[in-house]
Amino acid sequence: MNNLSAIKASLASCHFCCQLSKSENLPAKQYSACPRCGGTLHFRKPNSISRTWALILAASILYIPANILPVMRVTWKGGSDSDTILSGIMGLMEEGMWLIALIIFVASILIPMLKIISLIFLLISVQIKSSWCPKDRTMLYRVVEGVGRWSMIDIYVISIMVALVQLGAVATVEPELGAVFFASVVVITMFASISFDPRLIWDSFEESNR
Amino acid sequence: MTESLIACDYCDLLQKIPSLEPNQTAKCARCGSILYRSKKDSLNRTLSFTLAGLIFFILANSFPLISLDIQGRTQTSRLITGCVDLYRHGMLSLAALVFATSILMPFLKFIGTAYIFMPLKFSRLTWKTKPIFKILKTIHPWGMIEIYLLGIFVAYVKLSDMATINIGIAAYAFIASILFMVAADASWDPYETWNKLEKNHE
Ligand SMILES: [Zn+2]
Ligand SMILES: [Zn+2]
Repeated sequence: MNNLSAIKASLASCHFCCQLSKSENLPAKQYSACPRCGGTLHFRKPNSISRTWALILAASILYIPANILPVMRVTWKGGSDSDTILSGIMGLMEEGMWLIALIIFVASILIPMLKIISLIFLLISVQIKSSWCPKDRTMLYRVVEGVGRWSMIDIYVISIMVALVQLGAVATVEPELGAVFFASVVVITMFASISFDPRLIWDSFEESNR
Repeated sequence: MTESLIACDYCDLLQKIPSLEPNQTAKCARCGSILYRSKKDSLNRTLSFTLAGLIFFILANSFPLISLDIQGRTQTSRLITGCVDLYRHGMLSLAALVFATSILMPFLKFIGTAYIFMPLKFSRLTWKTKPIFKILKTIHPWGMIEIYLLGIFVAYVKLSDMATINIGIAAYAFIASILFMVAADASWDPYETWNKLEKNHE
């Protein structure tokens, strides 16, 4: 009983209601319905590794236009300026708004980058069947899963400013294409972390400790 | 045998469901993730927090959120205004994303939770409770009103040297609805809910 994983006992845990079901006849890649809630039941998330890789790849490509293209155009006092995420942060620093600059830097630049790097690291470590520090890697996954949503802040700031500053020639804020790329990076990396199955970390750990 | 066992969501370790005092948390013996939290008076608290949150969320959507004064001109904005204006600028996908994560998903979460818990409270059978439970679990990470609130704060500071910003009553209702949503999440005991659901359906 000690240190036995559910899959070794032919038990599949329902993602929705946590009910364990005996699934002896269930080949690893197929799924059936949970007897309690009717949700699809599988031992591991289907095609977890290839699906996560595909999403990470897409996010990494979109990350480039998201940072190069301007996300917003501000018209104010007769002048008109387009800001990328980075130039927006620099502007905030010049005006002495350090706290806001820090929030946007962490949420818009640091988190998406660390998220992509962490998931690539987790994917590779699972694929080479590493048995290195599974507990720490699980912790890393939980952090990635938890903080990813916070990258949405910049999108909301743009949305709020666009709604609020619509005063023609006096002051106008308009969204620009970079914001669409940035939003897609956030959404795709969220799907990537959802499609990664942290139990794979422990599968290779168990295999190598047998 | 399977009734008394639980598998960790993060490492798949099979372990006994611990018997906990109310408001205690059990962690996985192998990876340290949260395995199970027992909640005091879960049903009543989750239901009341959800209903309160729903009322405040409706209020937050019904009144002006923020207004801005520049050179004698005033512009008022509601929660939905951002989505409408993004759409007007031709950014349909962005508008849809902001609408889904800041209005639709939180609203579905409040409604869905209330729909499950109301009949449970009165021990009635309900229609399609289980699919709704699954939908709630799926949309959970996509409701982002607490992040939106930080967005309001950032926009407020950014605009404050350009114009005078006034916080409307909807903003306070919005904060209240976030606090109630967090409280409802924290007092929800999914095990108790499933036990009750199963009992009702027998
Ligand atoms: Zn289930
Ligand atoms: Zn675990």
